[in-house]
Amino acid sequence: MDLFEYQARDLFESYGVPVLQGLIADTPAEAEAAAAKIGGLVVVKAQVQVGGRGKAGGVKVAKNPEEARDRANDILGLDIKGHVVKRVMIAEGASIDKEFYFSVLLDRSNRTFLALCSVEGGMEIEQLAVERPEALAKIAVNALEGIDDAKALEIAKAGGFDDELAAKVAPVFVKLWNVFKNEDATLVEVNPLVLHTDGRILALDGKVTLDDNAEFRHEGREAVSIAKVDPLEAKAKELDLNYVKLEGQVGIIGNGAGLVMSTLDVVAYAGERHGGVRPANFLDIGGGASAEVMANGLGLILGDSDVKSVFVNVFGGITACDAVANGIVGALATLGDSATKPLVVRLDGNNVVEGRRILAEANHPLVTVVETMDEAADKAAELANR
Amino acid sequence: MAIFLDENSRIIVQGMTGSEGMKHTRRMLKGGSNIVGGVNPRKAGETVDVDGTSLPVFGTVAEAIAATGANVSVIFVPPAFAKAALIEAIDAEIPLAVAITEGIPVHDSAAAWAYNLEKGQKTRIIGPNCPGIISPGKSNAGITPWDISGFGPIGLVSKSGTLTYQMMFELREIGISTAIGIGGDPIIGTTHIDALAAFEADPETKAIVLIGEIGGDSEEKAADYIKANVTKPVVAYVAGFTAPEGKTMGHAGAIVSGSAGTAQAKKEAFEAAGVKVGKTPSETAALMREVYANL
Repeated sequence: MDLFEYQARDLFESYGVPVLQGLIADTPAEAEAAAAKIGGLVVVKAQVQVGGRGKAGGVKVAKNPEEARDRANDILGLDIKGHVVKRVMIAEGASIDKEFYFSVLLDRSNRTFLALCSVEGGMEIEQLAVERPEALAKIAVNALEGIDDAKALEIAKAGGFDDELAAKVAPVFVKLWNVFKNEDATLVEVNPLVLHTDGRILALDGKVTLDDNAEFRHEGREAVSIAKVDPLEAKAKELDLNYVKLEGQVGIIGNGAGLVMSTLDVVAYAGERHGGVRPANFLDIGGGASAEVMANGLGLILGDSDVKSVFVNVFGGITACDAVANGIVGALATLGDSATKPLVVRLDGNNVVEGRRILAEANHPLVTVVETMDEAADKAAELANR
Repeated sequence: MAIFLDENSRIIVQGMTGSEGMKHTRRMLKGGSNIVGGVNPRKAGETVDVDGTSLPVFGTVAEAIAATGANVSVIFVPPAFAKAALIEAIDAEIPLAVAITEGIPVHDSAAAWAYNLEKGQKTRIIGPNCPGIISPGKSNAGITPWDISGFGPIGLVSKSGTLTYQMMFELREIGISTAIGIGGDPIIGTTHIDALAAFEADPETKAIVLIGEIGGDSEEKAADYIKANVTKPVVAYVAGFTAPEGKTMGHAGAIVSGSAGTAQAKKEAFEAAGVKVGKTPSETAALMREVYANL
């Protein structure tokens, strides 16, 4: 889960990372009140999870509360690369002397963590990595040892900080590591980290990605994520289904992440022969799925108005094909006349004979059973294109 | 022969007495695996009857090894306890630990992996979030159905469980030496390369199928490795061509970030290494049958 900037700011503050005042506002009036509370020069910043918001007009300086209101009015509702701004952060203005870069992240390639650091901040890190790779230090961080004072100094010096500045930023690096470690983050990035003209080190903007697998040990975390969720994805989450909405016409249900990803591809290839139809979603009902899970999944997919046909692709490993077949038959019975979209079903593996028998016996007019994955994908694409 | 797991494997199950652990212990036994006991500190000293096989429960992995000579552990404990289970297996220096558990926080996997390195890598870890490893007709450590395919000359390594099953099914007429599901998490123990190296060295494996998916650079590294080190024919399949950027597709590790981790890049890397890449699982199997016919 990616946090918004203001959420990252609040998290940093709770760990003692030095940040400036920042208040959220969802309306121009709230922005005005926030600016009045902070006082002086403020920056109105769009809260969107996409880069390049400054260039898109999503960050503006305001000299007083009235200006903050007007700037918030400009920014709220702005479409930044497909992300509509619903909230702004009113941040205290800063007088910046120097800008730096720091992040710590998961390095899956080396099965460890990695700190990235540079005394040259203020530009996109991807750009710095390409144009001046020697200016960007990459230091492996052992998962068991983390970043202590000595490691933080090593990272700062590798990033080009002189002794005096290194001593100032190192304690901040340790605190950012604490955020990373204790919050189960896979990314904590500060860009820019700045030296204020008054001598303080400040984290002016932050990006934090949290590991969804660790939700169980962070109570209340789910409540942190706001809006921007597709309604079908929200419903799937309630049903505990592993679902991603895509932009296509063929609804997909399968078991196992790899097989479902593969099914999306096979449907997209088949779609090339049938008017360019594409998969409408990713839905993995998982290993050992019961008839109930199958029925929930099917109900969800049939409720997607973009879906024109459905492809159920199951290889029974742990999942039993008879349970899948019962789930399909049961869901169609429950939906009755409201089910109008054709289903193509391919079953193989565990209890396949019984599964196919159940479907044959039910003989539902909407269901077509096809033996192989490739042929079934072709049939589903053809039906979606009618 | 087979790789990592064979008829001499003596398996214990960490989390055997839980519902998943019990279900799959039963299945592994049915498929002929030599299960010698389970581990659960709260039930140490008890004996569990599984379809007529009496299995002792030990307090720790070390005790289980001492009493049974176990050399493989399969881990079914829930995510919150998986790190401790792995560390216990590493401390006991069991040669192979297969972590089936899905949903382990990546900080825990990273810590377990760092701990394994610190202890000199005496334990081979497979997974987490994987179906395990099966050498058909010899042994099965994990949740792969034991009756999909018999023993044969094809080695199979895959990030995905169900695609492993699908591919074993497609190639069942030729047969499988060993199929390893390495898992779809960002940090895993055994990699594509580890499996490739072992298959290359295994005299009974004549050709290799590699299945990858979006995310990370394991496939690209495998392609480089194949080019430099693998003489046996390799056929590959990559899932996730239609996956959009920034969306996790089921597996915690299956995500395209910017231009990194795309299926297209992985396919190109394989083709540049002389590896044939199938467009679909069936086409991949057909390519392998063709390769096998010409061996």
